[in-house]
Amino acid sequence: MPKFTLDGNEIEFKPGETIIEAAKKVGVDIPHFCWHPSLSVSGNCRVCLVEIEKMPKLAIACSTTASEGMVVHSQSEKTLSARNAVMEFLLINHPLDCPICDEAGECKLQDYAYQHSKGESRFTEEKVHKDKRVPLGPNVMFDGERCISCSRCIRFADEITKTGELTFVQRGDRVTIVTFPGKEFDNAYSLNVTDICPVGALTNRDFRFKARVWDMSATKTICSGCARGCNIEVWVRNNEILRLTPSQNDAVNSFWMCDYGRLETFKQVHSNERINGVYMKREGQDVKVSWDEAYANAASELKHLNKDQIAVIASASSTCEDNFMLAKFAKSVLSTKHVDYIPHVVPGSGDDLLIREDKSPNAFGTELAGVHPAAGGLNRDAILDGVKKGTIKALIVVDEDLAAMSPEMETALAKLDVLIAVSTHHNRTTALANIIFPSATYAEKNGTWVNFQGRIQRIRPAVTTLEADRTLDNLAQSRLDKFGTEYDRWGRSVKLDARPVWKIFAGLSTAFGNKMKYTTAEDVLIDMGKSIDAFKKLDYEKIGEQGVQLELSAKVKA
Amino acid sequence: MAEKKRLKDLTVWQKAYIPEIAKGLALTLKTMFKPKFTMEYPEVKFLPPSSYRGRPVLVEEAGGEERCVACGLCARVCPALAIEVQAAETEREKERYPERFEINMLRCIFCGFCEEVCPEEAIVMSKDYEMVFNNREDAIYGKDKLLVSVSQLQDRINFLRSHK
Repeated sequence: MPKFTLDGNEIEFKPGETIIEAAKKVGVDIPHFCWHPSLSVSGNCRVCLVEIEKMPKLAIACSTTASEGMVVHSQSEKTLSARNAVMEFLLINHPLDCPICDEAGECKLQDYAYQHSKGESRFTEEKVHKDKRVPLGPNVMFDGERCISCSRCIRFADEITKTGELTFVQRGDRVTIVTFPGKEFDNAYSLNVTDICPVGALTNRDFRFKARVWDMSATKTICSGCARGCNIEVWVRNNEILRLTPSQNDAVNSFWMCDYGRLETFKQVHSNERINGVYMKREGQDVKVSWDEAYANAASELKHLNKDQIAVIASASSTCEDNFMLAKFAKSVLSTKHVDYIPHVVPGSGDDLLIREDKSPNAFGTELAGVHPAAGGLNRDAILDGVKKGTIKALIVVDEDLAAMSPEMETALAKLDVLIAVSTHHNRTTALANIIFPSATYAEKNGTWVNFQGRIQRIRPAVTTLEADRTLDNLAQSRLDKFGTEYDRWGRSVKLDARPVWKIFAGLSTAFGNKMKYTTAEDVLIDMGKSIDAFKKLDYEKIGEQGVQLELSAKVKA
Repeated sequence: MAEKKRLKDLTVWQKAYIPEIAKGLALTLKTMFKPKFTMEYPEVKFLPPSSYRGRPVLVEEAGGEERCVACGLCARVCPALAIEVQAAETEREKERYPERFEINMLRCIFCGFCEEVCPEEAIVMSKDYEMVFNNREDAIYGKDKLLVSVSQLQDRINFLRSHK
């Protein structure tokens, strides 16, 4: 491979690569605003100017292709003075909005201002005033004064979503960004511009002013919106999720996520409908009972029944570990053959970028984990038919609102001898259930999901439940989490009594006298690897931050 | 056993005892006629100088609005984590305001860092040193207790400006 010299070190590059790309690969971050790895090169911010020997003037690292034997200085006196000058120039008209700006703390302009400016402005004239607080669309707010005209958002709309709603108008210091007349900046991926905006010009209207970034902890996990499995970060303060942001994974979602995933998937974690504690139906009333009492009760009621009259409906939103445990419980403890899950495919809802038609995050993993009817068992439609006809007398249902399917289904469910609902939220099915076990949402448990490509990815807990502890269970902690006591408002966050599905089935199994020896979700995954080829020799360390493509046999692929 | 040695032996004059007593009594007598510097608190209140750091308060503008824009820098700099701020949006020109602003007076150590870091001159140390509460809940001061009109704080604000 050809080489060039950067700050005295020889680095390799691929022909055609620019200096900034080659430098990034070896971990040297040349300051930049307008350059973004997955957008076209614009070269308008001028902050990436570097000195190249034998070139008459400084050149911008983002559009200068590296060539053999080139000698580049990114920290020389000449480069630094140019960078300082560019920063001073950018700051001339930038308002002193940092105290009220949401970007403060993760702002590139702030960072570079610390590194490359004097802290004082020589500019004594009045700053240029532009429109502030302009809603570009339903989700994005624009502040003209803060904008440094890097054009990242315009290029995003042109090249990534190909919707092209945004453009520059005016020239010189009056330049600003608007939507085309009659158009709104309203596409399925619009909020990504708030992430790529290097300053606080574009902000998320949903998150606006909710918290400062340094008060939150960020946990890397996976979006639950569809089968794509976009890598995300969950931002939590006081045990409450405040926003989601995408994190880079080139094999899955590049740098992006859709607005639906970003805005709609986390609010259910803190909904008022969340089930807190175990409930049992007594004389028509849901009564709170202890876990052990509910386990024992469920076991005694199920033991009476013929194994052909019991069916289990799993959820494609549960983790592989959850579903493996469910399948194991159904097979070895209940000995029923009627196990299946209900897919949630919305035809026509997908697109070419990220959004998939399959709305469950783990349908693939659910099948791999062994959730399918055994030979001679009933499949999903047959189970639901059986419930209606009365041949199925007992049903265990995980996170599915069957009663909402049809009024006929609702009356059929009410007639069941035993209905055990494992659910995150109260719904019409839990209202009919004899026993309700509260399950933890994706933001409250460890586990793995397999996306539509067959890539296994980790989900990590960001919110604590009663059984977990932020410190002991290694959850991400903010400063407030570290030092809060029960006498502080932030130390008194809401913690629900809910458990991951695999733990609930392990508990049920114990009540049947069949103890399962797992202490963590990882134990379950390692055990899965022993019986299921796709999960062979996997553990959480191996899956890591970016996930692992499963080696699937031809039969599974089909 | 070795004899204990005094650090300094008394002189004959001191050993005589009476002159030293007279000296002491003279001091007492002299002090009796000097103006006293104690005060009969709580009947008489101590008025601190403008450099005094009493409990931190929020500056309330003449219009009844707070100056604070809820940037959260005071909460970040507070070494005792006494301050909690929840921002929200408003229609005012400065689009951000504190929906909730709480100082836990049991945590506060009166260091004045919040005042120093504030970009809006919105939180200042007042001259108030009387804080009494019977339980931990009462020690958490909300906006109702924290907002003090700017006219009452002019002394401190002038002091801060003169020492920039």
